[in-house]
Amino acid sequence: MARLISLVIGAGFVFVLALALFFTAKEAIQNPARESAEHEFHLHPEDIHLSSAGLFGKFDREQVQRGFQVYKEVCAACHSLKYVAFRDLQKIGYSEAEVKAIANQWVIEQPSVNPETGEAATRKNLPSDHFPSPFANEVAARAANNNALPPDLSLITKAREDGPNYVHALITGYRNQPAELLRKFPDAKTPSGLHYNPYFANLNIAMPPPLTSDGQVTYSDGTKATRDQMARDVAAFLTWTAEPNLEARHAAGLAAVIFLAIFIYLVWGAYQNVWRDVKH
Amino acid sequence: MSFPWAKHYEPKQPLMRWLDEKLPLPRLVYNAIGAGYPVPRNLNYFWNFGVLAGAALVCQIVTGVVLAMHYAANAGVAFGSVEQIMRDVNAGWFLRYAHANGASMFLAVVYIHIGRGLYYGSYKAPREMVWLLGVVIFLLMMATAFMGYVLPWGQMSFWGAQVITGFFSAIPLVGETIRIWLLGGFAPDNAALNRFFSLHYLLPFVIAGVIILHIWALHIPGSNNPTGVDVKGEQDTVPFHPYYTAKDGVGVGVFFLIFAMLIFFSPNLLGHPDNYIEANPLSTPAHIVPEWYFLPFYAILKSFTADFILPAKLWGVLAMFGSILLLFFLPWLDNSPVRSANYRPTYRWFLAVLVVDVLVLGYVGGAEATARNVMLGQIAAAYYFAHFLIILPLVSAAEKPRPLPNSITEAVLAKHGGTSPAQTAMAG
Repeated sequence: MARLISLVIGAGFVFVLALALFFTAKEAIQNPARESAEHEFHLHPEDIHLSSAGLFGKFDREQVQRGFQVYKEVCAACHSLKYVAFRDLQKIGYSEAEVKAIANQWVIEQPSVNPETGEAATRKNLPSDHFPSPFANEVAARAANNNALPPDLSLITKAREDGPNYVHALITGYRNQPAELLRKFPDAKTPSGLHYNPYFANLNIAMPPPLTSDGQVTYSDGTKATRDQMARDVAAFLTWTAEPNLEARHAAGLAAVIFLAIFIYLVWGAYQNVWRDVKH
Repeated sequence: MSFPWAKHYEPKQPLMRWLDEKLPLPRLVYNAIGAGYPVPRNLNYFWNFGVLAGAALVCQIVTGVVLAMHYAANAGVAFGSVEQIMRDVNAGWFLRYAHANGASMFLAVVYIHIGRGLYYGSYKAPREMVWLLGVVIFLLMMATAFMGYVLPWGQMSFWGAQVITGFFSAIPLVGETIRIWLLGGFAPDNAALNRFFSLHYLLPFVIAGVIILHIWALHIPGSNNPTGVDVKGEQDTVPFHPYYTAKDGVGVGVFFLIFAMLIFFSPNLLGHPDNYIEANPLSTPAHIVPEWYFLPFYAILKSFTADFILPAKLWGVLAMFGSILLLFFLPWLDNSPVRSANYRPTYRWFLAVLVVDVLVLGYVGGAEATARNVMLGQIAAAYYFAHFLIILPLVSAAEKPRPLPNSITEAVLAKHGGTSPAQTAMAG
């Protein structure tokens, strides 16, 4: 009896699935899925081989500092970095005094309260502060950016597929819309106010090209600030902001793997020893 | 209960004797996972996975309890509190990555453990209760893992919660009311996050309780073995300690090695980038996908695209829950007297197809819903149900099993160059 019920239930599910399969196939034949511009013209970022990539990768302190400079002078105008504190910059090689100065001279000040009147005010940043948002709130950010919201960059390299490479590719990927795209998909013309970028998921991004010319930033270490170099550096910096403990993690990983390899060797020996007289 | 030749606990130390009189806890451990538990001598490495699942649960509870000291279950600050753990809590990144990847390790180990049970017929008499309790543990794990994934309050957390709780709205008439009652609101928000956190903390201890029952039920008939043949005498078994503590130790080492490589070198491999974006009810991600361990079930859900008497959505939800609940009936769907698939030439092929089938479902669950993928999923889902509900009952009745060895020892000796089980069976 139980097996009869099981046969009936099984046949029921299989029948409904067969029906669904039939309709899916019919639909696919009658209305084949149309190709989309996003599908055909979207590009995957190429690998920029950051020193932090790979099993034992470490940050290139100088590159991360250059990337911070790019963030400070270019990105910070629109993008917040709210999960990172000024004090964290000591981890990428700035001294305590330098961090203090960077915080103190940061253009956007921290929201605060006037100690005498209790009215809203701002004050200079301290090393313990997180990076202040360039906009007072989301409405202000949208109002200043053609109704688009610049995302917070603290986690951007972990919040996008292939993050560091994506950041580099996106920043350097602006170009004119290919004629072939418009020929194939006449409706897919980039709307005004948006910018064509094949690395962006839907090909049209609200952010205007942030790096427009070589030498936009003047590096103090003498590195030539080409657009490609600046994009690489800021990708390195944002890899650090998203995963500040990467080096400690890699180092602990090496120790853990060595420890476990020895552990396995010893237990394997114990196992062989215990079982030596028992066929199994 | 145990085999008559099981070793007896005889404490020699006065303190241990005193303790044994007042509270025989060491005796319990000795009989459960010590020298007092005789185990078949021929277990292979697939029998490590029960212990590994236990190790994974312990890791989850230890890391989880510490994480809960720093996490804040409030929709306004949950995402930020996780970032605080990642950045400012001592070794917080380690705890969080260990906990997130620990869930994957736990589910992976349990899937292999279930697969072991399917192949070697561990669900059959006299171990039905062990299997039933195992399915209960699996269901509890799925609920716990789902609610845990909601806690970081990223985009996938939020939209995953939205989709999963949406299942309840497929129930006719009262569905929507039930959904709102469960969530404590019209959409996942603070009320839902708080109750998920509460239950996510509670359920692991329920799992631990059911595991005790699972092991208790196992110790009545004793462990199954790769031949599926019952233990006949003392020569068929070895004491659990030191034989299987040593063998499990090797498995535990390899388990932690893989676990460590995930945590330290590729902690986000199994996660989804969207979950590093804070939950936003106004922005739906392009593809909402669950964690990898739910993908086969998600594919079954998505495969029901046609209305037939019931709406397609209800079919999908019924099938998805049904795909797990049918495991409860497995001991009675499979009537073959032979346990191990080593001696079931037809069944083992269908089981191999099932494994491939579940992998295909996993692929479809995570892939884009193109016509090709949907059809692939529909075929794979149909096989899944056909396997358990149609093929298994028929095969178990029709199949002619290969001759079984007379005993575990005979099978072991045959492997080491003695007489083959087939020869002995013919001679006998």
